[in-house]
Amino acid sequence: MKRRNLMKSSVALAMAASVFGSVVWAENPVLKVGFVGVTSGPAAAWGISNQRSMEARAAWINEAGGYKIGDTTYDIEIVSFDDQKDPKRAIAGMEKMAQEGIHYVVGPNVDDGAAAVRPVAEAQGIMYFPYAFPKELYSAPASNAVLGMVANYQSGPAIYKYLKDEKGVKSVAFVAANESDPLSQRDGGVEAAKALGLEVVSDNVTYQVDTTDFTPVLTPVMRTQPDLLVLSGVSPANAPQLIRSARELGFQGIISTETAQDATVLREGAGDLANGFISVGGASTPEIASDDMKEFVTRYTDMFGEYNDESNTKVYALEYILATLNANPAGIDDVKAFQTTMDTFEAPNPFMKGDAVMRYVGTTSFGQKRQIAVPLVVNVYQDGAFETLFVAEVD
Amino acid sequence: MEQILANGIYLGAQYAMIALGLTLIFALMNVLNFAHGQMYVLGGFVTYTFYGQLGWPFVIALLASCITLAVLGALIERFLFAPVIRRSNREESTMLLAAGLAFLFDALILLIFGEKQRGVPKIINGVFNWDFRLIMPYDRILICVLAILSIVTFILFMQYSKTGRALRALAQDRTAAQLMGVNVARYSMIGFALGAMLAGLVGGLLVTITGVNLGMGGPTSIKAFMMVMIGGAGVISGAIAGGIILGFMEAIGLAVLSQYGDITYLLIFVSLMVFLAIRPQGLMGKPWG
Repeated sequence: MKRRNLMKSSVALAMAASVFGSVVWAENPVLKVGFVGVTSGPAAAWGISNQRSMEARAAWINEAGGYKIGDTTYDIEIVSFDDQKDPKRAIAGMEKMAQEGIHYVVGPNVDDGAAAVRPVAEAQGIMYFPYAFPKELYSAPASNAVLGMVANYQSGPAIYKYLKDEKGVKSVAFVAANESDPLSQRDGGVEAAKALGLEVVSDNVTYQVDTTDFTPVLTPVMRTQPDLLVLSGVSPANAPQLIRSARELGFQGIISTETAQDATVLREGAGDLANGFISVGGASTPEIASDDMKEFVTRYTDMFGEYNDESNTKVYALEYILATLNANPAGIDDVKAFQTTMDTFEAPNPFMKGDAVMRYVGTTSFGQKRQIAVPLVVNVYQDGAFETLFVAEVD
Repeated sequence: MEQILANGIYLGAQYAMIALGLTLIFALMNVLNFAHGQMYVLGGFVTYTFYGQLGWPFVIALLASCITLAVLGALIERFLFAPVIRRSNREESTMLLAAGLAFLFDALILLIFGEKQRGVPKIINGVFNWDFRLIMPYDRILICVLAILSIVTFILFMQYSKTGRALRALAQDRTAAQLMGVNVARYSMIGFALGAMLAGLVGGLLVTITGVNLGMGGPTSIKAFMMVMIGGAGVISGAIAGGIILGFMEAIGLAVLSQYGDITYLLIFVSLMVFLAIRPQGLMGKPWG
């Protein structure tokens, strides 16, 4: 009898706690936004910077009372899934998002994962924001993918032209990891370099993604003596080692990439040898960062102990999703409404100084607006920090 | 040619060191330690913390890596592997435990050290350049010499010390060693600690060259298993031979085949499959195990 009473009391207490708890906790309804990307293995830095950017921004929004969309203020919840850079896992992740009723997902981080999830996303009514470059993902009849950054075929020509005009670069060599993303970026870079009249002296040297010593890899490339060495699609983990090996082999020319990098990683891994390294970044360099961007960096650092410069770009996707939903609240459950709004959407860019705006672009590359207008900020690494080389826009 | 030879020796020495710890643990306990790569990564992070972050002398940081991994290895053996081996005759139990440990280490490394690639200041500056026929940074030469010295020291230790003899006896025949008075439980723990310490040592040495990140563990384990399979599982000399062979295959492939794209590892894997089909026990392994 006593035991039965105890059980009844426990159940009642648990129910009361859950009701009371939910009343206190859920002041606002929750809007779930998904992330499907790689947060483990050699490319973990790419996805983790995504996930942490979203979590830091969501925590900031929630702390400020939520995000108002239409007449409702939402708390933002980030639902994450590690696809381990495996397309099969990426599909499973997107299916999980569908089961949770999520319509907006950031990721995946790589080409094959982004291509694999397309059928699921289109069938389940999910808009997704990959960091992958194949044009067919964003060109009609594809409808639900929105490129979350600047593609190499957009940044590469701008960088090569700048280096040709300003630094007198005449010859270029490409090195890429033996994976689909870096290889396709290399091919795009070779095409762009040739179109600009640059001599491509080496474009067939590749390396295993888990290579730890690049001296043997780069030795044949250095013999071609290029003015510019392009590290196509290089991951932040490999960039310092490649730079270091190239410099130690006596390379005196310019080294560049079209991917985002992290200044701390370059400083620790290559030190002064990384000075002059050109990469694509976002909006945290002092020249262009707004107060909001500075606060984001501070909050991210407080939350995770250390900022990742890749987040300069990755802070944008969640902001675009929320701002677009704010422009048309019907998009919360209806991605067709979201897509319609994308064509005319414009809002102030909170992360950049001046009158920069957030809008969807991509008409030139994809024939439809399926890319977020992240500023094309070309950085040069110097003594432990990035300096802005030039800023451009993409359409 | 000189460059290929130098790269081969350098890669071979570091690979042999990585494989040594793995094969030692396998020889002593019949455990396929899937977490060996993660132990290597942990060793790199310990050196990174003491040398790169706190500014301690490199040698002290390297010692800290060795001690940390040795203690960790001893604890893992005593509280995880030993009870599992005692209670289960199924080999997959220890394999699953090792795989679980690998995931655990990955998660802990992410929590403690973050997702970024980490690097440390060079321990010695400058590049040896022999008329552009042979280019090798001095720090690589130093690490290569240290790796070879470590391997020689390890062989001498195994050959002539009391502990080394006991470990070899244990590897040859566990029951016979026990009957001869070898404290099996104690030396199993020492052997596992020694294997983990070797992983920490090579991780600490190579962080000065390659840096370290949390994703390096899995690929390192795979390479270590390849070397052990080439040389023969559980045979110390086999692991050294496997490491040197893999190092030279990689150096030759990268130099000769680079114009055909990245087919070096494709050919290495194909060669390994053909080799194992002909000699499944590896170069120096025994067909009966």
